[in-house]
Amino acid sequence: MSISAFDALIAGDQKIEYKDWMPDGYRESLIRQIAQHAHSEIMGMQPEAAWISRAPSLARKAVLIAKVQDEAGHGLYLYAVAETLGARREELLDALHEGRQKYLSFINYPTLTWADVGALAWLTDGAAVVNQVSLCRTSYGPYARALVRICREESFHHRQGFDLLYTLSRGTPAQRRSLQEAVERWWQPSLAMFGPPDSLSTHSASSMTWRIKRASNDELRQRFVDLCVPQAEALGVRLPDPALRWNPERGHHDFTPPDYDELMRVVAGHGPRNKQRLAHRRRAHEEGAWVREAAAAHAAKEAAKQAAAREIDAQEAIAQEVDAVEEEWPLWEVFVRPRRGFGHTHAGSLRAPDAALALHSARDLYTRREEGVSLWVVPSRSMTSSDPEHKDAYFAPAADKQYRHASSFPPPEGVEGL
Amino acid sequence: MTALFDYLLGLGDDALVAAQRTAEWCARAPQLEEEVALANVALDQLGQARAFLTYAGDLEGAGRDEDALAFLRDEHEFRNVQLVELPNGDFATTVAKTLLLATYQNLLYTRLSRAAEPRLAGIAAKAAKESAFHVSYASVWTVRLGDGTPLSHRRMRDAVEEVWPYTHELFEPWAAPEAGLDPAALRGPWLEVVDRVLGEATLARPRDGWAATGGREGRHTEWFGPLLAEMQYVHRAHVGARW
Repeated sequence: MSISAFDALIAGDQKIEYKDWMPDGYRESLIRQIAQHAHSEIMGMQPEAAWISRAPSLARKAVLIAKVQDEAGHGLYLYAVAETLGARREELLDALHEGRQKYLSFINYPTLTWADVGALAWLTDGAAVVNQVSLCRTSYGPYARALVRICREESFHHRQGFDLLYTLSRGTPAQRRSLQEAVERWWQPSLAMFGPPDSLSTHSASSMTWRIKRASNDELRQRFVDLCVPQAEALGVRLPDPALRWNPERGHHDFTPPDYDELMRVVAGHGPRNKQRLAHRRRAHEEGAWVREAAAAHAAKEAAKQAAAREIDAQEAIAQEVDAVEEEWPLWEVFVRPRRGFGHTHAGSLRAPDAALALHSARDLYTRREEGVSLWVVPSRSMTSSDPEHKDAYFAPAADKQYRHASSFPPPEGVEGL
Repeated sequence: MTALFDYLLGLGDDALVAAQRTAEWCARAPQLEEEVALANVALDQLGQARAFLTYAGDLEGAGRDEDALAFLRDEHEFRNVQLVELPNGDFATTVAKTLLLATYQNLLYTRLSRAAEPRLAGIAAKAAKESAFHVSYASVWTVRLGDGTPLSHRRMRDAVEEVWPYTHELFEPWAAPEAGLDPAALRGPWLEVVDRVLGEATLARPRDGWAATGGREGRHTEWFGPLLAEMQYVHRAHVGARW
């Protein structure tokens, strides 16, 4: 595919797909955005996970575990999308751990009370929904498909947060006070989630041209504020902005934009919890290394045993074993049968040391909302796909053979049963 | 109170405390796939706890719901075995705890699904399917850690050794007449499963020695008080509040 063919696809609102030719800048922008999105999902687990052990009812505890679990799941969907662009998860995690890639700044603020758990979900997941609904129309197919799934799940996150706060709003004076204080803490960080104003945003213009992003930071921020105002009224909370009022001429609410100096400071690593969040993430990763290595080592031993059983040349078997031990967990493609009577459809990918764990993870990751009744997992390296470069040679010749279709032979009037 | 009430508390408390511990892994698992897997185990356990505790509260008829039973009982009123209170330790310890508990739960739930009491049978039938997956998950990991690297082998071996003394309590005499079941009868089939998994993991079954006991009567480990303090304090700090 040439640059002009690529541009034509973008202009025609067509999707760019896995293995299609794309300009380097497009690939880099996508990887940067998807990595930041994935990192935000997994870093965003921390401020909420901290409250699972203290959740004040068993029902809320279950909801919170499910929500934090979804965030790990979203991270996985997104890292899998990045893999289709040639960015391995391990590399992206290294970039996160070394501070070379960023995640959303709101994660660096503390969740001080139970009400913060609700306010964080209502406001930051609300902002995420506004952002991501717009992103579902992104030009990169695998990203768009992952976002459709993520948006569906995020709306559960958003609603349960509002529901949590609504219960507090009808509760004791202490509960209502904690609600007001938490909303005051999370309002600014949630506005800042839409990034710098359009006039200052460094990556926005090219991302818009390539239709990776579909609406500007300021448009989305305005949409978010307009949505929040009536919801805040229903909760009986004051949004902490004296300038916030309806502007009939614009047909929107006027509001004070977030403090961009603070945003830049927090993005640069100087927020209240940056250091601890990153250290926590790094520690979990480092402490898990022996587990990941053990699973890879076991898989290598099993592979060697199978090779021996097939009497493969001993030298080759050793080479395979070395490969398997040194390689990170390989990538698997997951196919789900949604219901009996339907075929298996590609759902996404994941990393696993062997088939048994791949099946377990696929079950947890791609069928936890009753999406399936049967699963296939296939090592990605065993898949063979047609080459997008040969698309015309493969598929165009079918177009001028209309005689294959019954509709080319209309029966004479009055003749039935054909 | 009836023996069945006490029995339901035991089933519910085992599941609740196990869920509380499993969920401590959230945002610190060794791999993202394991984040999702461990959260699933925790959610299943929590769901079982809620079903058993709600049933217990209904049976008691004193207006106590699942939250009153989870958040407003003191340490000595909990009927769980000590096994579920043990700290998570490293991933191997959690895998060992999960394997040994879920194998027992699966055998127990499968038998209880045939109990004469229909509500008990219903909850058990659903829980049996969940615990079957937990057994599978924990077995897969026991084998991979046991057979993996020298380091993981040592950690898996130490984990099973450490947890083993707490498994005897699972098979002590304790049952409601309605349940129609002697826990001691489960140990044979339990050992069969555990031996097979340990064998595949190149691990030996630890020798039986000192055995923890007392959980079913409300005597717990030093680790249990802090666990409850953390779990209960928000609920208790706001008397009568709704969440």
